Amino acid sequence: MSARFVWRLMLGFYIALFFAFLFGPLIVMGVTAFNTPDYPQVWPFEGFTLDWFAKLTADRNLMEGLVNSFIIGAFVVALSVPLGLAGAILMTQIYRPARSLYYLIVVSPVLTPGVIIGISTVIFWKDVTELTGMQSLFNGIFLATLGQAAFISAYCMLIFLSRLQRYDRVQEEAALDLGASQTQVFFDILLPFLRPAIFSAAVIAFLSSFENYNTTTFAILADKTLTTVLAGRVRAGTTPAISAMAVVIIGVTVIGAIVYEIVKRAELRREAARANALAAA
Amino acid sequence: MTHPFTAALIFATPLVVILAFIAMALLDRRRRGFVQGPGFFQRNGTPIAIFLIGAAVFWALILIVFPQLYMVDYSFHPKLPQIKRGGPEDIYTLENYRYFLFGSTRNTDHWNTTHLNAFWITIFVSTIITIVNFAICYPLAYFMAQVAKPQTVLKLMVLLVIPYWINEILRAFAFRILLGTGGLINNVAIAAGLISEPVDFIGHDVALYAGLTYAYLLIMMFPLYNAIESLDRNQIEAARDLGAPWWHIHLFVVMPFAKPGIASGATLVFMLCAGALAAPLVLGGPKTLWFTPIVYDRFFQAFNWPQGSAYAMILLLTCMAFVSLTMRLFKVSLSEITR
Repeated sequence: MSARFVWRLMLGFYIALFFAFLFGPLIVMGVTAFNTPDYPQVWPFEGFTLDWFAKLTADRNLMEGLVNSFIIGAFVVALSVPLGLAGAILMTQIYRPARSLYYLIVVSPVLTPGVIIGISTVIFWKDVTELTGMQSLFNGIFLATLGQAAFISAYCMLIFLSRLQRYDRVQEEAALDLGASQTQVFFDILLPFLRPAIFSAAVIAFLSSFENYNTTTFAILADKTLTTVLAGRVRAGTTPAISAMAVVIIGVTVIGAIVYEIVKRAELRREAARANALAAA
Repeated sequence: MTHPFTAALIFATPLVVILAFIAMALLDRRRRGFVQGPGFFQRNGTPIAIFLIGAAVFWALILIVFPQLYMVDYSFHPKLPQIKRGGPEDIYTLENYRYFLFGSTRNTDHWNTTHLNAFWITIFVSTIITIVNFAICYPLAYFMAQVAKPQTVLKLMVLLVIPYWINEILRAFAFRILLGTGGLINNVAIAAGLISEPVDFIGHDVALYAGLTYAYLLIMMFPLYNAIESLDRNQIEAARDLGAPWWHIHLFVVMPFAKPGIASGATLVFMLCAGALAAPLVLGGPKTLWFTPIVYDRFFQAFNWPQGSAYAMILLLTCMAFVSLTMRLFKVSLSEITR
């Protein structure tokens, strides 16, 4: 046995262990969703059932939370993508000495625990809505959207920044020389160039919003989202219905992630083809 | 309601800073003449320029800076019923911070051991989990970034991306199924005759620490992989040709190069661990000490919002200290950490 063989064996063992750790708990949880006992149990497997899934659709709170999660997710996408875009463009143009302070401020929510963002959002808006008499704004969906947007915009900005690094301003100058206005340049050159980044940012923003718990649990006030209902259930007791929900959520997430990857790859290929065509011409 | 003077201060300070920078920029421009091209409005066109400034101000000030400053202010106020707020009793006080240290808003006779212990344990365990996560992820990140064939990397990447998006609460729940007293591990161990009584993993915090390690594993993985991936393989070859043993290559070639990735993963894992709420709520036993649930209880059980703000401030300062310490230690900049 050569030393190389031993190395390979150890490496394979480590990788297998790593993925067992990564997937094992999820698989165990998945199996419990199909087992009959009231307590989530994998082994012994007493009988196959789909009852736990049927129980889910009858659950009012859960469905209400799910709808709210979708609404908040849509709002967050609509808010965070433009904010992140503006933040990124401004970063490339801002007055130099102010840049590091600006960067520190807009990136700080990424490095701040989510609970703190939720708490500060609630405290601030409670006062503002009282002062301005707009009490109707002090509601869970509005606050959860703003709290989540504070840090999700930063994710979007980072995505836009990495794309903007490859932006060639020559195109912009050419368009301007040919008589285009700055506004036309923005909509007809910059935005199409950023399209893959806009897509990525929107997907990331929605997923981050959908699965967020720490910020939402404070900012949602008396309302509920899927994650807050879920947390309440998990704390109250362990039933296989939660496992069933997990299976559904994981299924949806996996499908979403796969679609996202496929669309992104297609976009990259189209871009590569365009670059080749240009090079050939 | 916040004191009008404080509110004015909170709203005015950022504006003064912005105005100062604008004034500096204008002065700079005048000094240099017109060599440096068009101004901001000319360059972007008026409508777009207004959108850019409006969006950035809304985000930076209204979503980030004002709420944070409000929280700071709030943490220095006493807990009062709604009517008395802004009245003569609404003075500035350190009582919320005093409570964290001494367990009483007035006297300072005894230390608040419960909260202080929870705080230290949170910091200590989060640090350990950060190190453990690095140790678990580094070999695979290195393998994927430098050794494996592109096809293998693609497959492994897919396997890593899928669990990345699974909710924190569900991850914690999975560990509860695994490690509960009637959970899989106990059942199997009893059936195999290894133990006669189920082990209380949750009561002994084993479940919590394992769950936290698990939850943030991939947060460490991706920055690490990205950093190692950009290292030129020739550098490793060169070191090997010069006779460096394998651990030298990792310690003196790969890791120094991957510093920004390590720093990035470490700060994120630490921050997420120290600020974790779902895992301690789901996996914590009755005697579990973790700081975030204590903050949570200030709000939802004690209904003491000012005190909760003070506790949140303590958590925030801790995370800021950790970030700046990591930046010092690894000699990296903020933009390298948040790439």
